[in-house]
Amino acid sequence: MKIDLTDTTASKINKALVQGRRAIGTPAVGMVLTLVIVTDEENAYDALKAANDASHEHPSRTLVVIKRVSRSPRDRTQSRLDAEVRVGADAGSGETVVLRLYGEVSDHAQSVVLPLLLPDAPVVVWWPVNAPLDPAKDPLGALAQRRVTDTYASEQPVRELSARADTYTPGDTDLSWTRITPWRSMLAAALDQVVCEVKAVEVEGEEFNPSCELLAMWLADRLDVPVKRSLSGGPGLTAVRMDTDCGPIALDRADGSLATLSIQGQPDRAVALKRRETSELIAEELRRLDPDDTYASALRFGVERLNSSAPAPAVRSAEAAEAAVAKAVRAVALAEAAVARAEEPPAEESPAEESLAEDAEESAAKAAGEGSPAKGASVGTPAEIAAKASAKQAKAQDPVTKAAAK
Amino acid sequence: MSPFTVTEANPLRDAADRRLPRIAGPSGLVIFGVTGDLSRKKLMPAVYDLANRGLLPPGFSLVGFARREWAHEDFAQEVHDAVKEHARTPFREEVWQQLIQGMRFVQGTFDDDDAFERLRGTIEELDKAQGTGGNFAFYLSVPPSSFPVVIQQLKKHGLADQTPSSWRRAVIEKPFGHNLASAEELNKVVHEVFAPDQVFRIDHYLGKETVQNILALRFANTMFEPIWNRSFVDHVQITMAEDIGIGGRAGYYDGIGAARDVIQNHLLQLMALTAMEEPASFDADALAAEKTKVLGAVRLPKDLGRDTVFAQYAAGWQGGEKAVGYLQEEGIDAKSKTDTYAAIRLGIDNRRWAGVPFYLRTGKRLGRRVTEIAVVFQRAPHSPFDHTATEELGKNAIVIRVQPDEGVTVRFGSKVPGTSMEIRDVSMDFAYGESFTESSPEAYERLILDVLLGDSNLFPRTEEVELSWKILDPIEEYWDQHGRPAQYPAGTWGPVEADEMLERDGRSWRRP
Repeated sequence: MKIDLTDTTASKINKALVQGRRAIGTPAVGMVLTLVIVTDEENAYDALKAANDASHEHPSRTLVVIKRVSRSPRDRTQSRLDAEVRVGADAGSGETVVLRLYGEVSDHAQSVVLPLLLPDAPVVVWWPVNAPLDPAKDPLGALAQRRVTDTYASEQPVRELSARADTYTPGDTDLSWTRITPWRSMLAAALDQVVCEVKAVEVEGEEFNPSCELLAMWLADRLDVPVKRSLSGGPGLTAVRMDTDCGPIALDRADGSLATLSIQGQPDRAVALKRRETSELIAEELRRLDPDDTYASALRFGVERLNSSAPAPAVRSAEAAEAAVAKAVRAVALAEAAVARAEEPPAEESPAEESLAEDAEESAAKAAGEGSPAKGASVGTPAEIAAKASAKQAKAQDPVTKAAAK
Repeated sequence: MSPFTVTEANPLRDAADRRLPRIAGPSGLVIFGVTGDLSRKKLMPAVYDLANRGLLPPGFSLVGFARREWAHEDFAQEVHDAVKEHARTPFREEVWQQLIQGMRFVQGTFDDDDAFERLRGTIEELDKAQGTGGNFAFYLSVPPSSFPVVIQQLKKHGLADQTPSSWRRAVIEKPFGHNLASAEELNKVVHEVFAPDQVFRIDHYLGKETVQNILALRFANTMFEPIWNRSFVDHVQITMAEDIGIGGRAGYYDGIGAARDVIQNHLLQLMALTAMEEPASFDADALAAEKTKVLGAVRLPKDLGRDTVFAQYAAGWQGGEKAVGYLQEEGIDAKSKTDTYAAIRLGIDNRRWAGVPFYLRTGKRLGRRVTEIAVVFQRAPHSPFDHTATEELGKNAIVIRVQPDEGVTVRFGSKVPGTSMEIRDVSMDFAYGESFTESSPEAYERLILDVLLGDSNLFPRTEEVELSWKILDPIEEYWDQHGRPAQYPAGTWGPVEADEMLERDGRSWRRP
């Protein structure tokens, strides 16, 4: 059933929810979370439909916050809240409130949402479009344990990925990352089947699709090898090719649904890798509400470091040297990050920084060690020095950090 | 558990990455008796659902073995129809395309040596074409009388031979024998060919979400475990009721009966999970150890005539339909003593449960289809309310609804609104369908995946099976020698004798 409320308040909406539940005869509440969808009028319908489908797996209270555009100065000063309360069959399995905010109140959406959150249940905020630059600092995002953005829907997806990396706070996640779970799981399964070392990877997919970058960054982050991102006509991701010491492994999906997995020395196999609906993505996203560290790590790898290496070198030793350089560069980056963070220390974080700095030094040392056999190619040295220096610098900053923290 | 794990070496695997599901390694499944009901309604759909959820390895192969004259395509068509009709998840062409590449059919009878040679050829061909790596599970969906011959054939044709880099597993369905001696015999036959840790006994109840939730409910919470003992619990009732009769299974059912069919496996397993102590961890060994301990502590009543009841359904009306009595069913001897209803009272001799009776009952043609575990608590030791105030108050209870309408109910007293003090039972309910998903996986999906992963958590072991028979055998012997089964009209909640059995203890059966 639907209850329409015009020019209303949160407490009236709460009353309407109780009234609606009574009327359909199910006063018990079995809902597990509150999902807040922040969107514009244009995207509200699709987003709500996806959320309702997902609610079959996760019964939730869905609050759709629609900020209406005011077209005149007078409109902007008048503020109004309209609500549409849906319970029962109209709201998937759960209940839905569509909130339309006019004028000034649209800048204070959190005041409307806060009283409508389910008691003692997690809150998830999802921006299907126009996510704020720093979701955790957004007044609505601050209410949530989990903040879901979608870089796929943005104007400059790849640039937005970098922005997400800068503002990442535990609990942030992105649907472009959710989209690649089947790919990641199939690639992991492929590596389960062979005992090979991966040398280089190529990720191929359509332009302006941040999922390709995320997958590439995840692979680069986990495998620690150069990853090349190349373009194709799509749809979506089209192929991942891994160059290993026991021949190539390729996962190819030309048509967006059925892929082929080919491993050297094994027969080609068909693998279903269908592009999924938004409702399935949201359902996956709601399954776990703890911070996704793997995402954070992949995101922080940095888009600019993809494609960084030249095409595969002919000589083995040169390749090794290159890998060492890449590692050293990474160590420098880590050390720099540590330095940067050490300069503005929030009190609780100092232990984490310490370990980060140590990490940097360790990996710099490792890179140096691995670099040395390749000295014939005379590449490694400057990078080594740089890495060590930065790591030391980071270390040196440490006492300062601690002092400041105290 | 699997003989070789490269998981640790795989840089793409990370324990913190919880989005990645457990995918079985390269493997295949061979189903004997693939034309049977179980295979069509449960196994094939479960395989498809697993594939659809992306949990099967690329190249997974499904081999059917049966007498019917089928080509590979006919078999694929049969699977296709079964999947379309019974699968839980929507049908997707690309998933089907993935599956169909690994589908094979081998025609033959169980004593046909050529057929088993062909099966071996098929498996070798699949290793080449699909990369199954020699890893195969044999699912014996066949009558118990055929177990020995199939197992022997597998041995004879080298199909059960594992190499260090591949595994062969056997999956067997109940009944695991019809008494202790036959169960031991069966175990001997199977273990001669397959190592004990490669034998998976399917008790599909253990694959159910609600049954696994018993452990979560008990051991992940603080509020239940402190009262889960003889100081607070009055008694426990475990019920599995069916509304159907024996249908077309006369040949199988007569001579077996309800107690052997249900109590020996499902109900005793449910009891073990309800009563066991906290395991050190949730790995297979620790769980089996606790279950074995509690099953070993089970004590039979002294007077079996007083504390057990067996009965048969008589003609009556079941849910608006006329039903014939058991003795009038087609193919049943009019003098048959087989029980279609069984109720027993068991005790558990340990510090936690001494003196607390566990009532187990099962039956066909009862009021409705339901399986539940009810833990009934003692009355409050002292009540400041006067007698009339608490007249309508029953005992507190926690009821775990295993199926259908999966969930947990807590029953307790609450004041009736009004000026007088009157207290009545109310219930607080947690329903799976409401709080989680309408689409929790079928038991068979979970169990087949566990077989392929080599994870034996949810499978009863040899010792558990043998202990269960030790509990049931004396009762069956007693029934065999004493009297005839009581009669109850179809569509009711069992014979009056069963009600009297609880009345003597000052208790009564719940109406589930």
